[in-house]
Amino acid sequence: MGHDISPKQVRRIILSQSRRANVGHIGSCLCVVEILSALYSSVLRAASPDDPDRDRFILSKGHAGLALYASLALRGWLDEAALETFCADNTRFAVHPEVGVPGVDFSAGSLGQGLSIACGAALAARLQASGRRVFCLISDGECNEGSTWEAAMFAAHHRLSNLHAILDCNGQQALGRTRDIMDASNLVERWQAFGWRTDEVDGHSVPQLVEALSAPSLDERPHMLVARTVFGKGVSYMERGIPVTRTHLPVQPANWHYLPMSEHEYRLAMEELEQSH
Amino acid sequence: MRKAFVETLCQLACDDPRIMLLTGDLGYMALEPFRERFPRRFLNAGVAEQNMIGVATGLAEAGFRPYAYSIAPFASLRPFEFIRNGPVAHRLPVRIVGMGAGFEYGYSGWTHYALEDIGVLRTLPGLTLAIPADSAQAAAAIRQTRDLPGPVYYSLGKDETAPLPGLNGRFELGRAEVVREGRDIALVAMGSISREAVAAARKLAGHGIEAAVIVVSAFHPDPEEDLARILAPFPHVVSVEAQTVSGGLGALVSTVIATHGLSCRLRVLGVGTASDGTSGVPLERWRKYGLDEDSILAAALCAVR
Repeated sequence: MGHDISPKQVRRIILSQSRRANVGHIGSCLCVVEILSALYSSVLRAASPDDPDRDRFILSKGHAGLALYASLALRGWLDEAALETFCADNTRFAVHPEVGVPGVDFSAGSLGQGLSIACGAALAARLQASGRRVFCLISDGECNEGSTWEAAMFAAHHRLSNLHAILDCNGQQALGRTRDIMDASNLVERWQAFGWRTDEVDGHSVPQLVEALSAPSLDERPHMLVARTVFGKGVSYMERGIPVTRTHLPVQPANWHYLPMSEHEYRLAMEELEQSH
Repeated sequence: MRKAFVETLCQLACDDPRIMLLTGDLGYMALEPFRERFPRRFLNAGVAEQNMIGVATGLAEAGFRPYAYSIAPFASLRPFEFIRNGPVAHRLPVRIVGMGAGFEYGYSGWTHYALEDIGVLRTLPGLTLAIPADSAQAAAAIRQTRDLPGPVYYSLGKDETAPLPGLNGRFELGRAEVVREGRDIALVAMGSISREAVAAARKLAGHGIEAAVIVVSAFHPDPEEDLARILAPFPHVVSVEAQTVSGGLGALVSTVIATHGLSCRLRVLGVGTASDGTSGVPLERWRKYGLDEDSILAAALCAVR
């Protein structure tokens, strides 16, 4: 097992392409880097992106599409040069991923839809007596959506133990902190109450993620891995919510849900990234 | 049509192990034959139509042919965005079965009426819509669309009604069916209410007016060329549908007349007002909204005189 997908390299791609395309959603991409690195380096069983019996992955929080593209490129399924068209006219690489890109199993972008599709994919695998598994990355903000809980009930009722959801628990959503907008501080208990097997990891520890996602299911419950993450991980001014060159804005992590980086901010981010281990 | 749907689906499922039937916890005294014959391919997805369409999307991507069943507004309007981003965007063979066209749920009231499903779903290129006029045509529609690679929505009548005279179960995508010839006025109808148009045409004959009746049973592909050809000789056209007037059959006929430069005058009969809080059986509703045979007769007489 193992494809060498370096989180640092994923972050390089995210920062450089976000800067070139002058788009936001950077904080949302940076916080799922280790989750995607774990999946595409070690967890997902897939001989090729079109192997019908491959494990499926759904990036239900589609606004982290660039992090997915970077991971697919480093997995070798995408030509990294193609990412130069990210957010260019007539591109296949939109902010939110769409099928047609090698390795993108399902389109995403409208929150609250991915887990339902994942349920269908997991049920299909069981009906076909296939050992393939389904992984679905959702966000804590996405738990505002009622349809997420429709899917939660369905997966538990149908004992979809081949379904692994990963909750990117960064405590942020578009306009602020989740605890201020739609408090979900007891998400682990909620998923447990809905009949899921839950565990928690440091969402920036690839070994912890790989171990939790690779462990065989011990019962029939679907699996919810709550990954504690830091919004904007790896760029300290984003983690702290500082809009460096836009000093008229309040300090809040939500800034980096939307803002593109200025050239100065890009240089600061890359310098910090290159100095990190 | 509900019986015809279940019987036809059972027949298809015998030869096609990919076929599954999902329901949003509806279909009492209707879906049992499928459930009993194919218990492993029957799935009650609970009262959760959005999730049902999402599940169907995941199943279809893996090679299944899921038919997702509910009362029409719940099957179409509630999960609209799931339909758009799921089977339509992914071009997957999900089949959505909307039961109870128009006012068929009668005293169940406004929430159960399917008055916008066709107009709303017609906004989705890539989604084929089938709106059979009777049971035989419903069976033909289900068979003939079985192997379409993309998604299909079926608007089905709940009740078992007499066959529509002149239709003989014909269904062909992209075609309009002439069920009665005429030369003075064309009545274009869709779904079970087509029988009111045929009845009106018979009464018009008593007034010395020869009315043709044309049935439209599918969109995407639209029967545009057929309609343009068939309607070209007529000075007057009346469209009839148990739908709101925007987006459905009347909208299609209007577009055909305008874009092909036909020299006819169109009257669109449909539902043009919001709920007033009342309910009733379909025939009563058709009278109330000016869609029954006498209303069509009056509209036709008004047009030609």
